[in-house]
Amino acid sequence: MNKNLANIIASKYFSFFVTVILFVALYGIGIAMYNGFMKPQVFFNLFVDNAALLIVTVGITFCLLIGGIDLSVGAVLALVCMVLAWLLTNTGIPVFLAVLIVLIMGTVFGAVQGYIITKFDLQPFIITLAGMFFCRGLTAVISQETITITNPTFVALADTRIPVGSGFISVGVVIALLTILVAAIVLGFTKFGRTIYAIGGNESSAALMGLPVFRTKVCVYTISGFCSSLGGIAYALMMLTGYNLHGLGMEMDAIASSVIGGTLLTGGVGFIPGALFGVLIQGVILTFINFQGTLSAWWTKIVIGGLLCVFIIMQAFITEQKSKLTAKSSMDEANSGKSDS
Amino acid sequence: MEKWKSFTSSSLFLPVVALAVLVIFNAIFVDGFFSIQITEDGRLFGRIIDILNRSSSLIILSLGMTLVIATSGIDISVGAVVAISAAVVCTLIGGRGDGVAETPMFLAILAAVGIGVLCGLWNGLLVAKFKIQAVVATLILMTAGRGIAQLMTEGQIITVYYKPFAYISGVIPGMPLPTNIFIALAMVLLVVIVMKKTSIGLFVQSVGINATAAKHVGINVTMVLFLVYAFSGFCAGVSGLIESSFIRAADANNAGLNMEMDAILAVALGGTLLSGGKFYLGGSVIGAITIQTLTTTMYAMGISADQLPVVKAIAVIIICLIQSNKARELFEKWKGNRNDSASVTTKVKAVE
Repeated sequence: MNKNLANIIASKYFSFFVTVILFVALYGIGIAMYNGFMKPQVFFNLFVDNAALLIVTVGITFCLLIGGIDLSVGAVLALVCMVLAWLLTNTGIPVFLAVLIVLIMGTVFGAVQGYIITKFDLQPFIITLAGMFFCRGLTAVISQETITITNPTFVALADTRIPVGSGFISVGVVIALLTILVAAIVLGFTKFGRTIYAIGGNESSAALMGLPVFRTKVCVYTISGFCSSLGGIAYALMMLTGYNLHGLGMEMDAIASSVIGGTLLTGGVGFIPGALFGVLIQGVILTFINFQGTLSAWWTKIVIGGLLCVFIIMQAFITEQKSKLTAKSSMDEANSGKSDS
Repeated sequence: MEKWKSFTSSSLFLPVVALAVLVIFNAIFVDGFFSIQITEDGRLFGRIIDILNRSSSLIILSLGMTLVIATSGIDISVGAVVAISAAVVCTLIGGRGDGVAETPMFLAILAAVGIGVLCGLWNGLLVAKFKIQAVVATLILMTAGRGIAQLMTEGQIITVYYKPFAYISGVIPGMPLPTNIFIALAMVLLVVIVMKKTSIGLFVQSVGINATAAKHVGINVTMVLFLVYAFSGFCAGVSGLIESSFIRAADANNAGLNMEMDAILAVALGGTLLSGGKFYLGGSVIGAITIQTLTTTMYAMGISADQLPVVKAIAVIIICLIQSNKARELFEKWKGNRNDSASVTTKVKAVE
């Protein structure tokens, strides 16, 4: 019995199951406590309000999978919103072109970060931390005031409501769901996806196997940059403004969602549906605070921080269980496992 | 010539040169940069004093950060801890308009520094005990910390009218320099003495170079990590006092904003490798002063506080590139244009 339990805990999807159960439980409590929670639109709003976060989380999950990290996502998102707002306000270029320009900008930024990290073998967090400050600073250089987007095409796009059942979703949600679908397929069913998992598991082994480590790592940071800028567009669709403090602390929310959804911070383990549920849990917590009405919005940050802690400590526990399981097969590892714990 | 060569290869070369360049720039473009006046009540007054005054909290932060980085960790929560410490001291003394303290200032200071240490212990617990990567462990407090500070001040900016509170980063009557310069000086001396005269410095260094080896030699790695993060929290607590005393208020949103970046930059500039190991406290102190000089110069040139991170981020990346072995290797290769057959081994080495 005990052994079975240990096997379940050591399973790859344990965190994911915990997350799904937690989400269902939280939603159940919400329905029991507040009447409005039952409405389908409340559920759809989880997606509508968190479309940008969903997209950014997908990008950061790629980074975490190879054992890296990208702290610049929130700042890239703010920069993209700002550049988009600036382009639409101060130049006459069509919306399509402006969106394309910011997408390319974010992607190139991610690629440069990835190149510097991989080529010069630097710690990803320090470079992406610098990237974060760089983008925030650049956003302030463009404008320190809020720029409101008034372009009629863009506003019309932002106001588009796609009916689903008795509720509706926004364009941002469609983008987010598409991103999730594509990412899940890439990670699950392509050579590139398997290379990512291999590098996350053990980079040296992956290199010795002849996998293209350099190219894949740069690609991963590029994907993260692309997802951040796509998230920026979704964010701009929701806020219709460009502002220096947009997406402040979003890197933390995204990492938290990814980790809550079962991505191991050491790399190699994790998958996209988990990240989706991670974001949904945050959305539910935010909805709770909205329904409650008297709590400060700052509680969200604190609750997310707490939740992240719990899940990280759970991960440490799982890793220990796993090493104990493998330890049974060899005596040497058993000794080192004991001295570790 | 010998001396010059040993100077250029020493760890202090980069920060000293950077500082010298900035000072020369200031000397040319800013009038009266070097002039120091003495007021009637015996106070020193001038731009250099001002820079020292402003850099004191950064010097203190970079002391803690140097030790954390030396253990090959990082503490990106210091800015948030500064905000928490500022919130604690200001809420305890209270924003009463008649200038009366609600709690004795001594107790309030103790509480603020205490909460800094507590935050540090929390980080230490996550890093040392649960073995979470330092970035992620401290990221939790970096984001949640400002929320906590915000809750303490209830979203308000608490202004303190209690007079002695301003003395922490102001001038006590009769003293030539602001108090915070003395605080920074005392802390630098204390840390340098402890690190040089006791074996703690060696412990910290060996944990940074190879934690497993250090463990086998019999060093209590968990305890060393724990203490280092606690000390970083302590430094952030003291910085919080100074920062809040500057503006005589607690601003949970802006106190210590971007300071983690400045502290990391100061340490990197000072010659300590970001991958851990050997550390240079003197370099970090000069690095901190250099950064404050840079900030002051930028303000003098009319660049706003929001835009400053662009310059600093570029500086960080350049310093990282200069420090990186790989970049040096590539540079050598480019210089000598040698055949390189060992690219696989370097890759494997790099991973390790």
